Amino acid sequence: MRHLFRRKRSKEIAKDRLKILLISDRVNCSPEVMEMIKADIAKVISKYMKIDARNMEIQISKTGTKGGRNVKNPTLYANIPILDLNK
Amino acid sequence: MSEVIVVTSGKGGVGKTTTSANVGTGLAKMGKKVCLIDTDIGLRNLDVVMGLENRIVYNLVDVVEGNCRVKQALIRDKRNPNLYLMPSAQTRDKTSVTPGQMVKMIEHLKTQFDYIILDCPAGIEQGFQNAIAGADRALVVTTPEVSAIRDADRIIGLLEANEFKKIDLIINRLKVEMVKRGDMMSSADVVDILSIPLIGIVPDDENVVISTNQGEPLVGNSTPAGCAYQNICHRVLGKDVPFMEFDKSISFWTKVTGIFHKI
Repeated sequence: MRHLFRRKRSKEIAKDRLKILLISDRVNCSPEVMEMIKADIAKVISKYMKIDARNMEIQISKTGTKGGRNVKNPTLYANIPILDLNK
Repeated sequence: MSEVIVVTSGKGGVGKTTTSANVGTGLAKMGKKVCLIDTDIGLRNLDVVMGLENRIVYNLVDVVEGNCRVKQALIRDKRNPNLYLMPSAQTRDKTSVTPGQMVKMIEHLKTQFDYIILDCPAGIEQGFQNAIAGADRALVVTTPEVSAIRDADRIIGLLEANEFKKIDLIINRLKVEMVKRGDMMSSADVVDILSIPLIGIVPDDENVVISTNQGEPLVGNSTPAGCAYQNICHRVLGKDVPFMEFDKSISFWTKVTGIFHKI
C-alpha cells in the first residue's frame, strides 16, 4: 500500500546496502565467497530433495543481543525453498 | 591526568583535521592545556587550518630523530596561550616514524598537557598505526554516506582490536534538508548501523569553509558548526549536553497520521 504512494527513499536504500555490506566486511567474507558457499549448499541439498536454488538466500548474521558490537559469533542462515521433499 | 585522543575516520575528506582543530581549540578555550599533533606525515594540513603555517621551524620527524627537543617543535597558537601544535613533516613519508617512537614522545608530552589530540591520516596503514599507538581514546568522524560509514566501521573494528576502551562517534556534514526529505541517513540511522556512542552531530555549514580560508577554527562562535563543536568539547569533558534536534525525519505518512491523531 505504502509503495503505491511513494518511491523508496534513497536513505532506505543506503541503509539496506550498508547492513549487508558491513556483515560481510565484519566477518571478512566477500560477496563472491558467499555466492560460492550458496552454490555448494544448493548442490549438497539437491542430492536429497528438489529445491528452488534460484530463490534460496544465505546470510551471515550477528548472534545474540548482548549489546554493543557483538560480531564475534556470526551465524550462517540459509533460507532454501523446497519444491519436492521426495526426489 | 592527561587524556590522549585520536581523531580518525578511515576515509579521507570527512573532516578529521577540521574536527581536531576545533576540538583542540575548544578545549583550550575552556581552560585546558592542549597539544595538537598532526600525524599525517607528507600531507600535513592541521597547520593551515589553525593558521600557523608560517611559524613552523621543526616538526614531528625532527623530534623523533633527535634533531631538536620536543619544546622546540611545539608552536604556540596565535590566540590561545593554552594551545600548542606539533606540526608534521611535509617532505617525508609515513615510515619515518614508528609506533614506538610515537608512544615515547606522547609519554613525554603527557607530563605537560591535559589533552593531547592526534589528527590521524586517512587509511589503515602505518600512518594510522602511528596515530593510534599512544592514544587511549578515539573520536571517529564520519559523514552520513555509505562509503564513509563503511570505512568508519572498519576503523572501529581495528580500534576495538587494539583495545580502545572509549570510542565515540562524530557525524559530520549532516544536511538537514536532505534528512527531512528522506534522502540522507539521519544521525539515528548512522548510530544504529555503527553501534558506538554518539558524541556530536555537526551540520553541513558553509562557515567551516570560511573558517578554513581564514585559518581560524570556528568553535564557540554563533554559527551552527561552531555551536556543534562547542557541544562536542563539553561532552569530551564529560558534561551532559543535549543534542540539537535538527535531523528528525518527517515522512509524508507520519504527517498524515499526525493529522488523523489530532482529529
